[in-house]
Amino acid sequence: MDLLIKILGALATVVLAFTVGMTYGGLTRKVIARIQNRIGPPWYQNFLDNLKLILKKEAVHHGFMQHVAPLWLIAMSITTLMFIPILKDGAWFTNFNFDGDLILLLYLMVIGSLGMALGAGQTGNPNSAIGVTRGLTQMVGFEIPWVMALVALMIQYETTSITGLMDAAEAQGTWLVFSSPFATIAAILAMPGMFRYSPFDIVGAPAELASGPVSEFGGKYLSTMMTSGAIFAFVKLTLYVDIFFGGASNLVELVVKTFILYMFPVLWGAVSPRFRTEQAVKFFWGWPVLFGIIGLIQASF
Amino acid sequence: MINDKNSQGIVDIIAEYARKQSLFIMAYGTGCGAIEIPPTLTSRYDAERLGIRGAATPRQADVLLITGYLATKSLKRVIRVYEQMQAPKYVIGFGSCTINGGMYWDSYNTINLLDKYIPVDVYINGCMPRPEAVIAGFEKLKELIQSGNALGWKKYEDNLEEYRENQKKVIVNWQMPDYNW
Repeated sequence: MDLLIKILGALATVVLAFTVGMTYGGLTRKVIARIQNRIGPPWYQNFLDNLKLILKKEAVHHGFMQHVAPLWLIAMSITTLMFIPILKDGAWFTNFNFDGDLILLLYLMVIGSLGMALGAGQTGNPNSAIGVTRGLTQMVGFEIPWVMALVALMIQYETTSITGLMDAAEAQGTWLVFSSPFATIAAILAMPGMFRYSPFDIVGAPAELASGPVSEFGGKYLSTMMTSGAIFAFVKLTLYVDIFFGGASNLVELVVKTFILYMFPVLWGAVSPRFRTEQAVKFFWGWPVLFGIIGLIQASF
Repeated sequence: MINDKNSQGIVDIIAEYARKQSLFIMAYGTGCGAIEIPPTLTSRYDAERLGIRGAATPRQADVLLITGYLATKSLKRVIRVYEQMQAPKYVIGFGSCTINGGMYWDSYNTINLLDKYIPVDVYINGCMPRPEAVIAGFEKLKELIQSGNALGWKKYEDNLEEYRENQKKVIVNWQMPDYNW
């Protein structure tokens, strides 16, 4: 019975992540449109895009690795989702987290990009190759403050599990954003790099690289990647909320918290031009790393 | 009606609705009409509210928008782009030049009727059509998609030999595979 609830809960989590992620995508387009004084598409536009892509009658691929890359991505997204406790307590959305899952997550979160790099490499499109190079370079940039922030938390609260951090927040009565502010700032500043909105949209770069790694993917492949992107956006936001902002005890609280957090990269992106690759890396290795170091020092004393 | 093979089932209606509400356009802007596309897509006329947005590559695109005249040299590229798009795909001929050559009708190196070389679903008349006309053209395309009549891509598959013959008449140095997947 317990196992059945776990499995059903996992399925419900995937559906929830997909729905929320796609809706956020649509709302983001709406928000950006309003900033540009447009009306913008309806909030369900991304669902229609996804449906249309999966209903395409053709989908060309150039080999096994390109065929598998979108599956790799979505497998990574769902696996990562399985280790994130969506809600603080209750039987349904706590999922399969365990001691040490934070360290596992650090590895899991980059695997999708590596699979994508292999798949994009097989297409033979030069834009894909440049996009992959840029993506991996940018990842080297934002992973450093992100890992520093997480290590600072692990040292400070002597736990390597997400639920452990949430329990620590509950025990001390405040969110971790107040008790370890520098690590939080480092992690939040690393966030736009993960979401790849402007000024860090150097990977996709629509007018420059013809959408980069995904340029040879159409139809069901693009649809799979879109689904994966929506789920992964939800994963990252929930992870941030769980760690730094005390988690959520019901779905409404979760949606409100994640949406407010999501608006940080979106609004920054809406008013920013694109960085070059070295500018992006320089940004991440500047202030975010400094805050990460201060966070580490604070954590060890 | 229900068992009639030519009528649309519920799945078709949903599929066609998704297809018409989400049009990724590949704007092939070598002609002068390309200047009307930015105002159509940006704040002034905001085509994104109708589900129309630009696509970066042919693989992701649904609509090939031929804006203006086509030189025989660029026709070759148009054919490559068109064949790389994933079905169902639609073509919009934009401006008088795609209908009868427009002011280039007796030019030595432009084509006159686009439909002879790739199947056009909707023509937008004018020299040049304003963004209102462009959006009206897209609305017409949406009507065709919803009723299941935007079947240019099928026509192209069925009559590939004929189209190829026409294409090879104007493209002198044909150095392409017979079909560009």
